[in-house]
Amino acid sequence: MINKKVANVQDALKGVSNNMTFMLGGFGLSGIPENSIAELVKLGVNGLTCISNNAGVDDFGLGLLLQEKQIKKMVSSYVGENDEFERQMLSGELDVELIPQGTLAERCRAAQAGFPAIYTPAGFGTEVAEGKETREFDGKMYVLEHAFKAHFAFVKAWKGDEAGNLVFKGTARNFNPNMCGAAKITVAEVEELVPLGDLDPNQIHIPGIFVQRIFQGEVYEKRIEQRTVRPKS
Amino acid sequence: MLDKNGIAKRIAKEVQDGYYVNLGIGIPTLVANYVRNDIEVEFQSENGVLGMGPFPFEGEEDADVINAGKQTITTLPGASFFDSALSFSMIRGQHVDLTILGAMEVAENGDIANWKIPGRMVKGMGGAMDLVASAENIIVAMMHTNKRGESKLLKKCSLPLTGVGCVKRIVTNLAVIEVTDNGFKLLERAPGVSVDDIKNATEGTLIIDGDIPEMDI
Repeated sequence: MINKKVANVQDALKGVSNNMTFMLGGFGLSGIPENSIAELVKLGVNGLTCISNNAGVDDFGLGLLLQEKQIKKMVSSYVGENDEFERQMLSGELDVELIPQGTLAERCRAAQAGFPAIYTPAGFGTEVAEGKETREFDGKMYVLEHAFKAHFAFVKAWKGDEAGNLVFKGTARNFNPNMCGAAKITVAEVEELVPLGDLDPNQIHIPGIFVQRIFQGEVYEKRIEQRTVRPKS
Repeated sequence: MLDKNGIAKRIAKEVQDGYYVNLGIGIPTLVANYVRNDIEVEFQSENGVLGMGPFPFEGEEDADVINAGKQTITTLPGASFFDSALSFSMIRGQHVDLTILGAMEVAENGDIANWKIPGRMVKGMGGAMDLVASAENIIVAMMHTNKRGESKLLKKCSLPLTGVGCVKRIVTNLAVIEVTDNGFKLLERAPGVSVDDIKNATEGTLIIDGDIPEMDI
């Protein structure tokens, strides 16, 4: 077994520096790498380009890095639950590239899978396709979208083991598996680091080969963005 | 004239047995409340769940189980979770049978605009561009006119596009309309709404062929 375990978040983030490009898993606040984000705030690295579907809220998720003005550019599909984000975007301090959600996922997956680019129908005929190569296949038009290149991918899983194998829970899975192995170094944080052999090989979502470093997060707030319930009756 | 629930109720009649359905945020979300319960339908949410159920009971919310609107949800027996790439494989790969989404504008050639108003805060397209670029069967749920009373069914969209030539059917508070090669074809009138009312509220070419029946809802 090749051991991917690191002692703590500090060791997990060794090598991060200013002006790097990061991928960060999560949809809304669900499945975000909370511990890695908190450590990035502590490290104070800045000039970052962050590839993440969303940009957190003002006081949680990537919003914490925005508050400290550590992010130079966001590549996302949906933003705006975040006043500070809006302020920085409108003032021009923050560069924002909005891309279709499926394109975001597939540009991660392409990087993971060794494809330099993919053709997608999403965005053809819209401003998203401006300046990009387009091509017709079987009478339908497609846009060429390039694989992402990133220094680190920070992902969050439910369970993992020292071999780096990961299991996700519910919709907290989202972009996390697609980002594993899509950057030079993939850092996985898990709610529970289980003993080797505890995870059933049949049930593993991401094999450890895609993960370079794994650690158990100290604490998970797992904040709910839109608590929606129905009455018991 | 229909309210938002009425629009949802009319669209629910388009949902057929065995359909996998993706519902957008807003009026489309309400459609789930009106689907007949003698048919089998599975709702997909693009953040990675198939087989969505109702909202959880208070105290049973799970931060790890949400829909694309980031609302806490439940799942039904037979549900599955998956990653974002696989989710959009279902969408782009045309495995989802019906997509219902809202719009700011629809043009008579089927173009749709629903993600950006220049000069205002831009939140992003989320999964909308993937959905409209791929789905065979797209129904737009929207009010016929905007808050200023201006038609949302236009000759040409004025806002930045989400997709080109993709909308097939529109259900508004006034009418059911099919997008054809020659323009908007009026299929049904909402209860108490006249053909003239619909004509007056439609900027794009409106095709009126014979008697237009009132919706049965």
